[in-house]
Amino acid sequence: MSGAPGLLAPGSRVIRVRTASLVLLPRIAWLSLAALVLLLAAVAGHLMLAGRPVQLSQVLAAFMDDPALPRAVRLTVLEFRLPRTIAGAVAGACLAVAGGLTQTIARNPLATPEVLGVTAGASTGAVAVLVLAGAGHGGASGLAAAVGMPVASAVGALGTGTAVFLLTYRRAQQGFDSMRLVLVGLGAAGLASSTTIWLLTLGDVTNASQAITWMMGSLNGKDWGAVVPALLASVPLLAVAGACGRWLLISAFDDDTARSLGLPLGRSRPLLLVLAVLLAAVGTVLAGPVAFVALLCPLAARFAGRTVVPSLGLTALLGAAFVVLSDLIAGFLLPHALPVGVFTTVLGAPVLIALVFRSQKRTI
Amino acid sequence: MGVLVVIASLALSLAFGGRPTSFEELVHAVFAPDGSVADIAIRELRWPRTLNALAVGTCVGVAGCLAQGQTRNPIADPGLLGIYPGAALAIVAGSLLPGAAGMSTYAQAGFAFAGAVTACALVIAVGSATRHGATPLTLVLAGAAVSALAGGVVSLIVLSSDAALDTLRFWQMGSVAARGALLPQLVPLIIVGLVLAVANIGPLNALALGDDTARSLGVSVARARILGLAALAVLAAASVTLAGPLAFAGLLVPHAVRGLVGADYRWQIPGSALFGASLLLLTDTAGRVIARPGELPVGVVLAVVGAPFFIYLARRRRLVTL
Amino acid sequence: MTTATQPAPRDDTALLSAHGLTLGFDGRTVVPSLDVAFARGTVTSVIGPNGCGKSTLLRGLGRLLRPQAGRVALDGGDLAGMSSRATAQRMSILPQTPHAPSGLTVGELVARGRHPRQRWYQQFSHSDEGAIADALAATDIADLAATPLEDLSGGQRQRAWISMILAQETELMLLDEPTTYLDLAHQVDVLELVRRLNQDMGRTVVMVLHDISLAARYSDVIIAMRDGRIVAEGPPSDVITPELLWEVFGLRAEVIQEPTEGRPHVVPLGAGSVKSAAAPGMRAGLQVMSEADA
Repeated sequence: MSGAPGLLAPGSRVIRVRTASLVLLPRIAWLSLAALVLLLAAVAGHLMLAGRPVQLSQVLAAFMDDPALPRAVRLTVLEFRLPRTIAGAVAGACLAVAGGLTQTIARNPLATPEVLGVTAGASTGAVAVLVLAGAGHGGASGLAAAVGMPVASAVGALGTGTAVFLLTYRRAQQGFDSMRLVLVGLGAAGLASSTTIWLLTLGDVTNASQAITWMMGSLNGKDWGAVVPALLASVPLLAVAGACGRWLLISAFDDDTARSLGLPLGRSRPLLLVLAVLLAAVGTVLAGPVAFVALLCPLAARFAGRTVVPSLGLTALLGAAFVVLSDLIAGFLLPHALPVGVFTTVLGAPVLIALVFRSQKRTI
Repeated sequence: MGVLVVIASLALSLAFGGRPTSFEELVHAVFAPDGSVADIAIRELRWPRTLNALAVGTCVGVAGCLAQGQTRNPIADPGLLGIYPGAALAIVAGSLLPGAAGMSTYAQAGFAFAGAVTACALVIAVGSATRHGATPLTLVLAGAAVSALAGGVVSLIVLSSDAALDTLRFWQMGSVAARGALLPQLVPLIIVGLVLAVANIGPLNALALGDDTARSLGVSVARARILGLAALAVLAAASVTLAGPLAFAGLLVPHAVRGLVGADYRWQIPGSALFGASLLLLTDTAGRVIARPGELPVGVVLAVVGAPFFIYLARRRRLVTL
Repeated sequence: MTTATQPAPRDDTALLSAHGLTLGFDGRTVVPSLDVAFARGTVTSVIGPNGCGKSTLLRGLGRLLRPQAGRVALDGGDLAGMSSRATAQRMSILPQTPHAPSGLTVGELVARGRHPRQRWYQQFSHSDEGAIADALAATDIADLAATPLEDLSGGQRQRAWISMILAQETELMLLDEPTTYLDLAHQVDVLELVRRLNQDMGRTVVMVLHDISLAARYSDVIIAMRDGRIVAEGPPSDVITPELLWEVFGLRAEVIQEPTEGRPHVVPLGAGSVKSAAAPGMRAGLQVMSEADA
């Protein structure tokens, strides 16, 4: 172990075993541990308090498959609450990492997946199903809600993402221009969100209310059927994103410098972008566009970790903890149950303002 | 030339409506009205609406140009200062008041204006509260934060009140029809905003070179920023009062104008005013013609026409940097 | 892996060569079909008026710009066929206006120069640490390692960037105007450093320079460009002549021998007319980068 003052991020430790060497950032490690503890506490709290209170010992007993535990409690914890908790964690992690990727690639703290049109496209898809299939029935239900909405929002998200991707790509430019990417994304997002707003005026007010709930991001009624596919999709995506962490470090430079440092920009940027789009799509399809997760968690990871590029592991943990905790408070601890997105917004805005005050010396 | 385009758009807006009007009827209505059906349609319905579109287009165009120039950020729009969620919040909150069921357009416009101005003040206050005063970055972040906060509260309200949701979902579809109730009262304010914007042209050209260079050119950066933000606030608040949210127009217009006249604000500001006015007049007219006998709100037409055009601009040009 | 599909005529001295290299942007050609070779172990300076295509040439040689036609060979191997990583281990480039993410310290910046040689299981080896320390020492900024890049003066920042590409430890270095923003003492400092790297460590250097006298003083070969073409190429004393300065720059000048090494030194007498177009697009001092206007 040796310190390397100034050469690496402050406080770094280098661990060397023969020819292998690893850079450890104690600060990031501690923060990640803290975020993990927070996440576990939020998960435990969720399993205990989401509805009728259940003792922690009973939660643990449910996991241990304890035969002495009443069936109803077991069912509550494992079949009703756990899927919702996992949905929150998965959606939070996916959205946060997607935000970390897009902010770094576009070198712009406001370049979240929303800017790329992915979440707006997902909303358009979901609202279209709600309004068009639900018209006259007082809200979409049954097959339309269980299958139609996830599929439609996935189609909307991936369709918009693909369109933005293809429209930005120019061969002569050797790939992507960050600013062009953001502008094309804004155009696509503008079209999608105007369509959504227009769709909202078509149906009756119940449909519109359901649509607004979806668009705010909500974990209501998530069951294993919704969670398992998202979990299966998110794990490899997050793993690949983690493996691309070293690319991300260099992506933060200008294109010429990045290329001269051996970053294959023609491959790395499309790959990182596709990852971001897919992660954002998974998160949004699962929980709706939960506001502020993608914007705030990577920024928080950067500020707290004092790194130039957000640590994706820390970002993912923060995102997961943020959403699970917010859902617990918004959905169950407040006198009036709210979609999780309303709460993340109300919680996130002051944090963003605090960041404004902190951004005196270090510009974002 | 821009002026001619505006005049032509104006004429088109008067000529086309839910029901076709002949050229003679148009001339008749403008120069010798005698109370025929066509006269009334043109003078009572289309004329106020056309004037409103003209005012809104001018405001949105110039506001968008100021927003991007002040922050040197090509993705800024007039919503930068939080006016849209601010206005929306005031409107949904207003719809909760007792006896608000049949809220007049007059009252709605009043709420929108109050909300927009409050949001602006809050954003500028937060964005300037740092040690170095308002910088593009702190403004953008403060705007995002206040917008999100107001948006969150809006969702909170509409989820608990169907009446509020009903008000919101129709209001947030930007439209120039039947929203011009406060236009006469706002005209002086709009003129003040435009004068401030014109006074901001020189400083904007200097600010485009960076704060330090601007200072060395003898520009008082703080004053230039406050002037520009005041103009932006006034114009954006007027536009949201008169038409609801049309952020996309404010994003699109400055990009299109920069493509036509270059980066000099002496051309960009008037160009944005003219382009914005023509754009709103034409899209509003198109919305009336396409969906006869009904109509599409100008917000929808703007998005359907504007988004592909915007993407085309972003793709084709080597971007004019800010 | 890195063998060319069509082996170039192997020239043992040419480390980097271009054959029929055509460069440009968006359909506009800036450098038409150019052949050039840079000998191993030499310092070459490319000079020419603004907008003559010298930076474009450097970017093309450094595979920052994809050629419209022709090819670049590094040590006989086609650059287009080499992986980015393999190229970055042999060739480093200092772009004209590099941009670092904000908050980065000097030490971190220089450490990023080791990226092409690191892997996920080799994130900071002893050789990394050594190379970074050497690079910081060579550019005399070791005491600034913990300072954020934004807090540096222009000259210090330039040295930090040079330090980064030094840490890359490549046999070939391409420098695009490495002396911009520097006062004369620091300019000489940087060029002395280039000479040391060349003479003591055998690095091959290709750079774009504005100051003709300094280029003559510190280069083995001068390449003079105008309108995307090479006008003259050779040792400084052969290339730097009053006739060439007039032809290339439209500059009336006398060329004298400087006293220390007898290299040519330019004494300007006055600009005739600036023949070549000035940097395009500088309208009203605003950086307008639109060419689609017309």
